[in-house]
Amino acid sequence: MTRVSIKVDGVDYEDDVEPRTLLVHHLRESLGKVGTVVGCDTSNCGACTVLMSDADGHQQGVKSCAVLAVQAADREITTIEGLSGPDNTLHPVQRAFHEAHGLQCGFCTPGMIMAAVDLLRENSDPSEQEIREGLEGNLCRCTGYQNIVRAVRAASEEIRHGRAEAEPAPPSQLAGEDQTPDSGLPRQSVPDETIPQPVP
Amino acid sequence: MTTTEIGSPRRRKEDARLITGRTTWTENVTLPGMLHLAILRSPLAHARITSIDVSPALETKGVVAAFSGRDVADVQGSLPCAWPVTEDMVHPDRPPIAVDEVRFMGEAVAVVAARSRAAALDAIAAIEVDYEPLPAVLDMEQAIAEGADLVHAGKGTNKGYTWVFDSAEAGTGGDAGAAIDDAEVVIRRRYVQQRLIPAFMEPRSVVVDPTGDVYTMWSATQIPHILRFLLAVVTGTPEHKVRVIAPDVGGGFGGKLQVTPEELIAFVAAKRLGKPVKYTESRSESLVSAHHGRDVIQDIELAARRDGTVTGLRVKLLANMGAYMGLVGPGVPILGAFMYNAIYKFPAYRFECSGVFTNTTITDAYRGAGRPEATYAIERIMDELAVELGLDPLEVRSRNWINADEFPFTTVCGLAYDSGDYAKATDRAKELFGYDELRQEQQARRDSGDSVQLGIGISTYTEMCGLAPSRVLGALRYGAGGWETASVRMLPTGRVEVVTGTSPHGQGHETAWSQIVADQLGVAFDDVEVLHGDTRTSYKGLDTYGSRSLAVGGIALYNACQKVIENAKPIAAHMLECDPADLEFTGGQFRVRGNPDGGKSLADCALAVFAAHDLPDGIEPTLDADAVYDPVNFSFPHGTHLCATEVDTETGSVTIRKYVAVDDIGRVINPLIVDGQVHGGIAQGIAQALFEEAVYDADGNLMTGTFVDYTLPTAADLPAFVTDRTESPAPDHPLGTKGVGEAGTIASTPAVVNAIVDALRPMGVNDIAMPCTPERVWRAVQGGAA
Ligand code: FES
Ligand code: FES
Repeated sequence: MTRVSIKVDGVDYEDDVEPRTLLVHHLRESLGKVGTVVGCDTSNCGACTVLMSDADGHQQGVKSCAVLAVQAADREITTIEGLSGPDNTLHPVQRAFHEAHGLQCGFCTPGMIMAAVDLLRENSDPSEQEIREGLEGNLCRCTGYQNIVRAVRAASEEIRHGRAEAEPAPPSQLAGEDQTPDSGLPRQSVPDETIPQPVP
Repeated sequence: MTTTEIGSPRRRKEDARLITGRTTWTENVTLPGMLHLAILRSPLAHARITSIDVSPALETKGVVAAFSGRDVADVQGSLPCAWPVTEDMVHPDRPPIAVDEVRFMGEAVAVVAARSRAAALDAIAAIEVDYEPLPAVLDMEQAIAEGADLVHAGKGTNKGYTWVFDSAEAGTGGDAGAAIDDAEVVIRRRYVQQRLIPAFMEPRSVVVDPTGDVYTMWSATQIPHILRFLLAVVTGTPEHKVRVIAPDVGGGFGGKLQVTPEELIAFVAAKRLGKPVKYTESRSESLVSAHHGRDVIQDIELAARRDGTVTGLRVKLLANMGAYMGLVGPGVPILGAFMYNAIYKFPAYRFECSGVFTNTTITDAYRGAGRPEATYAIERIMDELAVELGLDPLEVRSRNWINADEFPFTTVCGLAYDSGDYAKATDRAKELFGYDELRQEQQARRDSGDSVQLGIGISTYTEMCGLAPSRVLGALRYGAGGWETASVRMLPTGRVEVVTGTSPHGQGHETAWSQIVADQLGVAFDDVEVLHGDTRTSYKGLDTYGSRSLAVGGIALYNACQKVIENAKPIAAHMLECDPADLEFTGGQFRVRGNPDGGKSLADCALAVFAAHDLPDGIEPTLDADAVYDPVNFSFPHGTHLCATEVDTETGSVTIRKYVAVDDIGRVINPLIVDGQVHGGIAQGIAQALFEEAVYDADGNLMTGTFVDYTLPTAADLPAFVTDRTESPAPDHPLGTKGVGEAGTIASTPAVVNAIVDALRPMGVNDIAMPCTPERVWRAVQGGAA
């Protein structure tokens, strides 16, 4: 066991971890960060993508199944759960995935959104082809990628030109009021912009 | 009734929880005291288990229990097959954990329960198993030859069944054999549908809680209702003591239309240990043990006159079942049987299919299930006929297809096609595609001997959605019906809860169903909550597969809404002090006909029945209504897909330059969702044409057992698709909708392969085996044939 401290979505955690524990398993099983998911065991699918700071403090996309928890010691991680702003406004990429129907089952979505955020960080105005190549490490079985590409394009517009041009999501769909009560499953810092699952 | 919602591209209700990482996948369910299961799987394709010792696993840290198939032989039951397609179908027992013999690589042989996932995985390595290898049966034709080694020695044959449809015998058409004997032209081809893996992105996962009054199972399944029923039957547990929950499910594509060994193992383990258990497969386990799809050899004979009129079709299939019969596996080719005649007026047809056992993972439904195979074969061979006769491939099609004024049209299979306009969809597709220009460019490249040749592929498809009229399913020996249910509950505040028997796993039913209800009841889209996937709230239903949810469940929902309005009518009349017969219901308001003022809304009625202080005599104080709908027919969407490929004759590489899909799926509820379904479907069909194949080596080892080797297309591998629609409303559906879940997959594979072959025709190429990898294409160019 090694003691590691990792900041995840703005919160400091200090835990004893086995040297072999993968970051994604540490996030999911020890920290309850189950928004980040596992889709493969060969680092091919990208479902587990999160942002991790490097030695200089710059955040970069990593596949959290390809990083050991101990390698993340003293780093800062942002997962899909920490992507929204402090007032729980959606990140432009999240909003664009919703607007452009860039998800169906949604299982690839946490990783796909984080990979798209990472892509836009490096290239704020990618062409369609650059988006397709930039997301090559993330598999989606549902969408045929078309609306994902569209979403990333739209997000890049919004990030560069500000939100004014982007349609805000209908408030009723994303507002916290008027929803069914929480399911009681483990969840951390649920922002208002969430529709909890009615079951279980 | 307003119609502001139906047809509008509503953004999905489901998204909020999915884009923020706050949904519930089965893998996220964690219960107090929960144990984690790991499964030891057979490394061999076929072997006798001579000894197995799980005790070393018990000595591993954190392990609570370990058992082999022998340890649970009396309680684990046998996995069900719901579709014994013939009376004499061979249906071998299939224990969830193998007892004496393993019959495919990846079959479960032992299970460990431990306090952590890691401990369980460590412990399975300690289990000692001795195998005596047996010969692996892999090739279907060898499997059915005289003296072949057997997958199931006790059954005496590898042939599971032979199922025949003959239009002469059925009285629905002529004699195909005679048509072929008398034909002016006969085209004979063999097509091979390679083995595919559905590869939903969420690995299968199951949690069982035995600690309450009932057994609760969470499962990443498409079929919570069918699963509940079969769990009860297979394990002998009273049905009312079993609750199944399918929370958010990360894709299925038919791959989660199964009752799995893993579900039964978890159920048996939880029952035995008295503690909650969880099992989540790794991707490698998923690829080898979750059911595969396709794997069919098709021998096709098409008879025609020299003017291009088809006079008969004979189809002979060998369908690889894998080592056992899956839940609906034997029936998959039968679903295709009715689609080989496609959109055409063929007068004579014979279909014969044998299901064959091999020492491989079972096959079962995969997006399209039988219909992509049929569509591929017919759309490929129509091109061959066109080449043989020197006609344009679209011309050959239009000479044979059913014309718009001929609907409803009873086909040579006896199905009544409901509606459609093939010419209209084709014209629209040609226009969007720039068909004539691309043909010109093709000619120019041929003339100049360009090393990159252009090919144009056509696929004019139809399919049958809305599985299915229960009577038809019964006649086909399917074990269940095809009805669907919906309940609409009016809450006192006027909000609406809808319970559906469908079980979405990416299709957006919460959104589309809300749109339907909002329009019917005149309530706000956001005032509707759709509940599904928990047999406690949705106790009855037949789940989601076969593009049936909207086509069947949508009608149940519509009918339930109408009943709610009928229930409210006397109450509104009572409040308005008029005769119910004088009321009309529009825009969510009951009004006295001809009087635009002073109506009563459904919300008013809901509150009135909640209080129930002043209701007319004899009126039950509720507006709620249930409906169960059994379809009277299938629905038959259709469309024309056109694909242009650039084929590099020097490297064999194929680039899709343009892809146009014009689909006619009847009336559209949500165009955004429909486009998404079409995109994803096309991607999966292209994947079959170009990228994916599950490969076994000569010993029966799966060589494509990870995502490194089983190559799903990435964003960079796929083009942008141009989509459009024509609209022939479904006459049997009050909303006119047909179904769209599988259309893209059914249509796209032949469009792509036709395009590749079309590019290489001048080089004498008339077929390339799928997937059309650069190597295969290059070889075809070199050899002039595949
Ligand atoms: S889980 Fe597939 S890349 Fe990490
Ligand atoms: S939305 Fe289902 S895998 Fe991408």
